[in-house]
Amino acid sequence: MSLQEELKGPPPAKLIVDQVSKWFQQKRQNVHALDDVSFDVAEGEFIVIVGPSGCGKSTLLDIIAGLEHPDKGQVLADNQPVDNPGRHRLVMFQESALFPWLNVFGNVMFGLRLKPGLRNSERREVAKFFLYLVGLEKFMEANVHELSGGMKQRVALARALAPNPRVLLMDEPFAALDAMTREQLYGDIQAIWQKRRKTIIFVTHNVREAACLADRVMIMSPTPGRLREIFEVNLPRPRDFNSIEIAQHAAQLTRALKSYAPDPTPAKV
Amino acid sequence: MRRALLAILFFIALIAIWMAVVRAKIWSPILLPSPGSVAEYLGSAFRDGTLLQATAVTLRRLLLGYFIGLAIGLPLGLLTASSKFMEDTIGVLALGLQTLPSVCWVPLALLWFGQTEGAMLFVVIMGTVWSVVIATDTGVRTIPPIFARAARTMGSGPFHRWIHVILPASLPYLISGMKQGWAFAWRSLMAAEIYVTILTGFGLGHLLHYGRELNAMDQVIGIMLVIVVIGLLADKILFSPWERFLHRRWGTGRV
Repeated sequence: MSLQEELKGPPPAKLIVDQVSKWFQQKRQNVHALDDVSFDVAEGEFIVIVGPSGCGKSTLLDIIAGLEHPDKGQVLADNQPVDNPGRHRLVMFQESALFPWLNVFGNVMFGLRLKPGLRNSERREVAKFFLYLVGLEKFMEANVHELSGGMKQRVALARALAPNPRVLLMDEPFAALDAMTREQLYGDIQAIWQKRRKTIIFVTHNVREAACLADRVMIMSPTPGRLREIFEVNLPRPRDFNSIEIAQHAAQLTRALKSYAPDPTPAKV
Repeated sequence: MRRALLAILFFIALIAIWMAVVRAKIWSPILLPSPGSVAEYLGSAFRDGTLLQATAVTLRRLLLGYFIGLAIGLPLGLLTASSKFMEDTIGVLALGLQTLPSVCWVPLALLWFGQTEGAMLFVVIMGTVWSVVIATDTGVRTIPPIFARAARTMGSGPFHRWIHVILPASLPYLISGMKQGWAFAWRSLMAAEIYVTILTGFGLGHLLHYGRELNAMDQVIGIMLVIVVIGLLADKILFSPWERFLHRRWGTGRV
C-alpha cells in the first residue's frame, strides 16, 4: 500500500455506529428505545451486545442490518451509510426463520442465488461447503421440520455465512435451544469464527454467553436504551463455556449490568 | 391393500343396498331405477358418444373458467393482503360475493350475455374468483413476518420477495383455496348448464336436465354418478400431488 493510499484510506473501523437514537410511537406513549449509542467495530472483531430485555439491543441490531431506520444518527458500514438491508450484513434470527417450502440445501442456496457474479454450479459448491462446515452435509435433502432445534440454527448459520457477508449479525440465535445443544454451538461458532475471521455482532441477555464469545462486550441498560460500558475479554480461544475464567468474567458483567439497572420499585405489600 | 379392499367392499355394499331397495318396490322404478338400468344407460351413452362429448364440453368450460378465475383471483388476493385500501374495497366485495350462491349469477348472465358460452364462462368465473381471493388473502396474512425480514437481509427486493417468499410461504392456503375454487367452479357450471340452454354444446348439466324432462331417471342418476366421479378424479389428479408435497415439506397433516 502506498503512502498516499495509507493517508487517504478509509478508517480501520468496519462498522461505525454514530450517535444513533430511536423512538417508537406507540398508542399511549412515545417509547425512547435507543439514546445516543455510538461505537466502532474493527474488521474481524467479535462483538457481543448484552443487556436486559427492553434495552434496545435487538432494535440496534435491526438498525445495523438496515431493517429499521434510526431517528437520529447513522450507521456506516465500510464507510457507506446503511439505508437498506443488504447481503453484506446478514442476520441470523432467534427463531431459525428457515423457509419451510425449501429443503436444507434450498435454504442455504436462497441467499447465494441473490448474489451476482457466480455460476450456479459454483453456488452449489459454496452451499455444500458451508453445510459441511456446520456438519450437516448429510442433511442437504432434509426438510426443515425434520431437523432438531440445534440443527435448524446450524442451517441458519450456514445460510447466513454462505453469501460471505462482511458482517454477520446474530439476534439471540441460541436462546431457544437446550443447554447441551447451546454449548456445542458455542464451540462451533468459535471454530467457524477462527476459520473465517468474520466480523460478528451478537446480541444476547446471557452474560456467560457474552464472556465466552466476545472480544468486546457492550453493556446496555434500558429505558432509554443506552450503551453504558465496553468490556474487553482477553482470554485465549477456543474458550470453554464452563471454565472458571468465563464464570469470573460473567460475574463482572452481571455486576456491571446490575449497577445500571433502574432502582427496583418496592413491591406493594 | 387392506384399505383398498375395505373401500371396494364399502361401495359393493352401497350398491347392494340400492338393489335391495329397488327389489322391495317401495318406489316406482320410474322414480328409482335399478343399478343395472343406470349402467345400461351409461353404456349406451358411452357407445353413441353423447357421454364423452358432453364430458368434453363441460370440462372445457370448467377448465377455461377455472383458470381465468385463478388468474384474476390470485393477484386480487395478493393486492387485498398488501394494501389497506384494497382490503377495504375489493376485500369486502369478495367477502360479500363469496357468500352469494353462484346460481344467483345465472339470471344476470342470461340477460347480459344471452344464451351463449360467455354466460357459462361468466357464471363459472364468478363462482371461482371470490373464494380464491379470500384464500390468497388469508394465506398472505398468515405468513410470519420473519420470513420477509430474513429475505430482505439476504438482498431480496420487493418483486423477488413476492415470487420467492410470499407466494411459496402461503402455498398451503393457496392450495386449499384453489381446491375450494375448483369445487365452486364445478357447482356453478352445473347450475349454469341446467338453467342455460345453449346450442354451442351440450354439457353434462344439459344431459341431466333433459333426463328430468324425459322422466329418464336412469339418465339423471347416471349423469350424477359421472359428475361425482369427475370430481373425485380431479381431486386425485390435480390436488393430491400438491397436498402430498405440502405434507412432506411442511410436515403437516398425516405422517
